[in-house]
Amino acid sequence: MNWPLLSVVTFLPLVGALTLLFTGSDEAASSRRARYTALWTTLVTFAVSILIPMNFTMAEPGFQLVESHAWMGGLATYKLGVDGISMPLVMLTTFLMPICILASWHVDKRVREYMIAFLVLETLMIGVFVALDLVLFYVLFEAGLIPMFLIIGIWGGPRRVYASFKFFLYTLLGSVLMLLAIIAMYWHAGTTDIATLLSTPNAFPADMQKWLWLAFFASFAVKMPMWPVHTWLPDAHVEAPTAGSVILAAILLKMGGYGFLRFSLPMFPDASLYFQNFVYVLSVVAIVYTSLVALMQEDMKKLIAYSSVAHMGFVTMGIFSLTRQGIDGAMFQMISHGLVSGALFLCVGVVYDRMHTREIAAYGGLVNRMPLYAAVFMLFTMANVGLPGSSGFVGEFLTLLGTFQNNTWVAFIASTGVILSAGYALWLYRRVVFGKLEKSTLTWMPDMTPRELATLAPLVVLTLFFGVYPAPILDTVAASVEGLLKSVQVAAAHLDTITLTMK
Amino acid sequence: MYHAIVFLPLLGALIAGLFGTSLFRNMGSDRVVYGGHHDHGHGGHGHDDHGHGHDDHGHGGHYHGPMWPMYLTTAFLFIAAILSWVNFWGFLHEGHDVKIEVLRWITSGTLQSSWSLRIDTLTSVMLVVVNTVSALVHLYSLGYMSHDEHQPRFFAYLSLFTFAMLMLVTSDNLIQMFFGWEGVGLASYLLIGFWYQRPSANAAAIKAFVVNRVGDFGFVLGIFGVFMVYGSVEFDAVFAAAPQAVGKTMHFLSWELDTLTVLCLLLFMGAMGKSAQFLLHTWLPDAMEGPTPVSALIHAATMVTAGVFLVARLSPLFELAPAARDVVMVVGAITAFFAASVGLVQNDIKRVIAYSTCSQLGYMFVAMGAGAYGIGIFHLFTHAFFKALLFLGAGSVIHAMSGEQDMRKMGGLAPHIRITWAMMLIGTFALTGVGIPGLFGFAGFHSKDAIIETAYASHAAPHLFAFGLLVISAFFTSFYSWRLAFMTFNGAPRADRETMEHVHESSNVMLIPLYVLALGAIVAGFAFEHYFMGHEEAVFWGKSIFRSTENEIVHQIHEVPVLVKWSATIAMLSGLLLAALFYIRNTELPKKIAAMHQPIYQFLLNKWYFDELYDLIFVRPAMWLGRFLWKKGDGAVIDGLGPDGVSARVIDVTNKVVRLQTGYVYHYAFAMLIGVAALVSWFTFGGTH
Repeated sequence: MNWPLLSVVTFLPLVGALTLLFTGSDEAASSRRARYTALWTTLVTFAVSILIPMNFTMAEPGFQLVESHAWMGGLATYKLGVDGISMPLVMLTTFLMPICILASWHVDKRVREYMIAFLVLETLMIGVFVALDLVLFYVLFEAGLIPMFLIIGIWGGPRRVYASFKFFLYTLLGSVLMLLAIIAMYWHAGTTDIATLLSTPNAFPADMQKWLWLAFFASFAVKMPMWPVHTWLPDAHVEAPTAGSVILAAILLKMGGYGFLRFSLPMFPDASLYFQNFVYVLSVVAIVYTSLVALMQEDMKKLIAYSSVAHMGFVTMGIFSLTRQGIDGAMFQMISHGLVSGALFLCVGVVYDRMHTREIAAYGGLVNRMPLYAAVFMLFTMANVGLPGSSGFVGEFLTLLGTFQNNTWVAFIASTGVILSAGYALWLYRRVVFGKLEKSTLTWMPDMTPRELATLAPLVVLTLFFGVYPAPILDTVAASVEGLLKSVQVAAAHLDTITLTMK
Repeated sequence: MYHAIVFLPLLGALIAGLFGTSLFRNMGSDRVVYGGHHDHGHGGHGHDDHGHGHDDHGHGGHYHGPMWPMYLTTAFLFIAAILSWVNFWGFLHEGHDVKIEVLRWITSGTLQSSWSLRIDTLTSVMLVVVNTVSALVHLYSLGYMSHDEHQPRFFAYLSLFTFAMLMLVTSDNLIQMFFGWEGVGLASYLLIGFWYQRPSANAAAIKAFVVNRVGDFGFVLGIFGVFMVYGSVEFDAVFAAAPQAVGKTMHFLSWELDTLTVLCLLLFMGAMGKSAQFLLHTWLPDAMEGPTPVSALIHAATMVTAGVFLVARLSPLFELAPAARDVVMVVGAITAFFAASVGLVQNDIKRVIAYSTCSQLGYMFVAMGAGAYGIGIFHLFTHAFFKALLFLGAGSVIHAMSGEQDMRKMGGLAPHIRITWAMMLIGTFALTGVGIPGLFGFAGFHSKDAIIETAYASHAAPHLFAFGLLVISAFFTSFYSWRLAFMTFNGAPRADRETMEHVHESSNVMLIPLYVLALGAIVAGFAFEHYFMGHEEAVFWGKSIFRSTENEIVHQIHEVPVLVKWSATIAMLSGLLLAALFYIRNTELPKKIAAMHQPIYQFLLNKWYFDELYDLIFVRPAMWLGRFLWKKGDGAVIDGLGPDGVSARVIDVTNKVVRLQTGYVYHYAFAMLIGVAALVSWFTFGGTH
């Protein structure tokens, strides 16, 4: 590779956004141009991003395709790179963006600005995953809030102001603490280079680790979101436009899990072990609590949002199990949840676009008119409840398996989520899709359009493919997770209370 | 050959699902959906064109599309069935185990699992059962479902089910088995809810799935435990290492418990869910909401026996966990008794057979608990034939009665549907175990009676308890089976005249499967007893079933007292006589007795009130808790103290701050300066300390 592949992938969407900025403002024509420009930009970005796995060496645990330049007069470095943990998330982002653009095809308010917001967001999201400098990471991580805030605040539903405010308030709190932690890390270690920090075992003393861990945790826990700082998510999802929900659920939430794996575990290993039970408790509460809450929801998007919180509970649980299967499972679950929850929000979007309501009670018997929709929705419902053969199973299973190795109580309680998820997901499906078509407002509903099918079909294929053959993801993460666990073990070797199991 | 056996049904499911159904019929266009949605409702769509009133054959209306996808699917199943018999034949003589790895699946660290086909004697038996019954049910459904416009979808589900079941029985590791396990659960859910316009069918489908998940919860914990103890989920590795865990304890939840007992009981919890054992049985009777061929295939012959198969497959573990086997035996015996007792008073023809299935599964588990795995599987094998026969026969009756399922509205059908009657009688003979010791017997006579003897001969602690319950259950079985036969076919017709005029014998496409199953119900017992539990037994099972050297149950059953040998037959005869007395001689007697013993009658009729109980202690509290956590937890506490509370405080503060607004620029500039100074000094001194 003699050209900066990662930079190109990161900034291609921004280039698209810039060209949009300079197009005319003749309404109809420019809207049309904006749609196609955005679609082509995201498609080309995806096509180029395919070169990343092609040039990636699976057996190598460290960072690859690294680019490094001095930035801000040496204060920070512009440094990019990917390893087995970030690469799948980059691919998930570039893969989902064209789908989001296609799903937004009929947005008719300020189309140009909408598309610009999404393209900028894509650059920022990819940037977060490839950044190898703390300051760069922080800037991109926080900047990502702005387009999302605008997407909810401008193109959202009736309570969009409340939702975006809540979203902002929560994430702001976390980010301030993380900034302070990053400053403290710089002062202590003298560098903000992530690779250097990672390769220094016990870069920070144990007491300091706890404070740093907590500060990062504040930010990542909100992003995940973990119980009890999850309440922004249902509101944000409900008010966000369909594509906004997809991005939010599929990618923005993953930044929390990514953060834990990139920073908390390897940089603060003592603290991670110290807080293991704390995270376990929060994760288990998230799984059971939000599953129960999901059972009673009357709004389709809220239900799926709560189910997302529960699924993220499996991710945090898996990560902090500090076992090979737990972390592999958490990574897999993040990718799978990206596909499945994204698809579920698209499914809600399909009927929302027809009926302009998300209320479950307004539907019923859709299968009579929309057999194709019913089939697709069924597939993702089953993936959501973690049926083996779909991608949803692999992650859930591995995280539980990993956790069981060091805490049977946690695995035991978390496994009840398997029962509850079947309850709320099938009940939702039954109320929306099955039954007689009795409501006169529904009798005109046509089945999915070819465009809607085109947005969902790639997700159908991948959900089944990874369910049957998860090796592409598991092989990619293997070396990096192995390396991560080794470094945690080396770093924590001085502790008497080692409960790590390397299996 | 093995690939064909397993994957032909999948291919059939895909073909029927994609080419038969009207999946792509209604596809809309963006212009209609997003263009003028303000006056929607008239764009040529009109009103729902297929939602009108439905009779007991589902949606009403006929299927008008091409038939070839269904013929092709059925043909695939027959090919698979014939190949299964060829394979089975091989194992009757000198079979050798085969293992084929198809594709790598989940690998993470030391966890290895793959999609693979493991063919040994146990699998071969299951292949025969699954593919034979499935092929016959496919054929039968060509006739039975011909009035349903969603026939291709039905075939797609049936074949999908068959595929999942085949993956289950051919699995080489616990994870693939779990795939099949949940896969059959999905197919069962889809088929129970096949008539999706009926609320009761939808409710039953969800119930089946969720209750099964309760069992699966135990199953996955069992898998985790096996991996923790043995470091593998592959059968060969686990079985080879199994004895190492004998006498060891593991830390589970807060206790130190015997390792193998914990593992086996967790795995058995999965078996209890799938095989509808006592406490997790509530879904099976409701599952009768599905079309009758489904009941025959899934809820009688194959899927519900997966739990029995699981125990047999894991016999190397269960054999070393006698405490767990005692539990298996007790649960099996209670189920056999409980389900048979409820079956006594049910009026829905399918529900009687459903409870009978539940009860017979209990018998199989008693055999498993006694360590007589081969005998349990033998009963599984014969039961598949006669129970499928009974269900398909009942389907033929329902078909003839224009969808009526209530036996109180039947009666006197024998002269009108003679062939169905004869077939049902054969099924009843087989189920109740008619036969003369030493000479000849119908299928159940060989397998079911052997289980009763096994229970007596076993050395397990609860063996007499099990034996007693099984004999009583045999009496109940005979009574409800003959009650069903007499109420349906004998006496005066109780249906209205219009229905009676319509009563007709089913077409050949539905009768041929009955003939084949009837043949099985007659000969499966005495033709194969030799291999499953007779002299050839040890050679036949080979390594597929493990029995420790002390386990001589198969020989001990030949040494039971004569009275024990005859007990089953006596129970069978008394049941027959009592049923004849009640439903042929003196038809007023049952009502009188029911009236005299109202509490008991109501208790049985309401299935021991399990549904009400579970609703009270699980379903309602869960919903109440969900609502409480949502409104109070998320709403009042978290949001109230968190963002909403903060914003309220912010508004309070701003109201006060408003008074500070003076309008002079230098005031603001001064405030900013102080702020910046504070920040800078904090950064300079705060960080270095």
